[in-house]
Amino acid sequence: MNGEFFIFGLVALLTIVSSATVVIAKNLIYSAIALLFALLGVAGLYIFLWADFIAVTQVLIYVGGILVLIIFGIMLTHRITDVELSHSSIQRGAGGAVVTIIFLGLFSMISKTTWYSASAVEPDETIRQIGRLLMVDYLVAFEVASILLLAALMGAALLSRKID
Amino acid sequence: MPTLSSYLIISAILFSLGLFGVITRRNGVAVLMSVELILNAANINFVAFARFGGMDFSGHVFSLFVIILAAAEAAVALAIILNIFNNLGTVNIDEANQLKQ
Repeated sequence: MNGEFFIFGLVALLTIVSSATVVIAKNLIYSAIALLFALLGVAGLYIFLWADFIAVTQVLIYVGGILVLIIFGIMLTHRITDVELSHSSIQRGAGGAVVTIIFLGLFSMISKTTWYSASAVEPDETIRQIGRLLMVDYLVAFEVASILLLAALMGAALLSRKID
Repeated sequence: MPTLSSYLIISAILFSLGLFGVITRRNGVAVLMSVELILNAANINFVAFARFGGMDFSGHVFSLFVIILAAAEAAVALAIILNIFNNLGTVNIDEANQLKQ
């Protein structure tokens, strides 16, 4: 069990350090690459939580889709020869203070609460259960999500089109 | 076995870092990246509570919906940021303070 804790600590450390790099790094490209590692670390946490399908979805959609989109966004809004590819932050002191207070509140809430923890066995497969829930219990939400994706697709295409 | 609290604390750290980015970053794309961190923190909570609440798969379904929403949000937000860049020549959200030039 020690090895499991060790790997969990490594994954958690990777996630936290990369997330800190995302919000602190001066260079926007560094932020994007750090976001890649943060998302991969979160996928590793999902695997520790027995959610293998969510982990694969995370890698496919976040790393394969959203991150590529974000890098496209960086490339399209900066000329690559720009010195100004780095970007600044504002009000770091005040923002840091507010965020620290919020985090300490969350931390004390989490550590003071005695969390109910049900016993569970590791499932053989998660995909069958998720598919059944999507097609039976959450069918309406599933269909609404498809309409939302269609609307977002059309909206994004319309917004980024040149309007004469 | 890592406990529920350790996942919740990791999620709280991720949320706080994302909030810090949203507050302090000037670049629109960087704000978008911070929002993704916040959404990931919420997702970790969903999946962790699903795991420690007796392996209830509803949490997994909810985190899938969050991922779908994040994808839609990223596409529309980047389209808006590109429009701001084309119209105003900047992506710094504190300089983009007019609806049309």
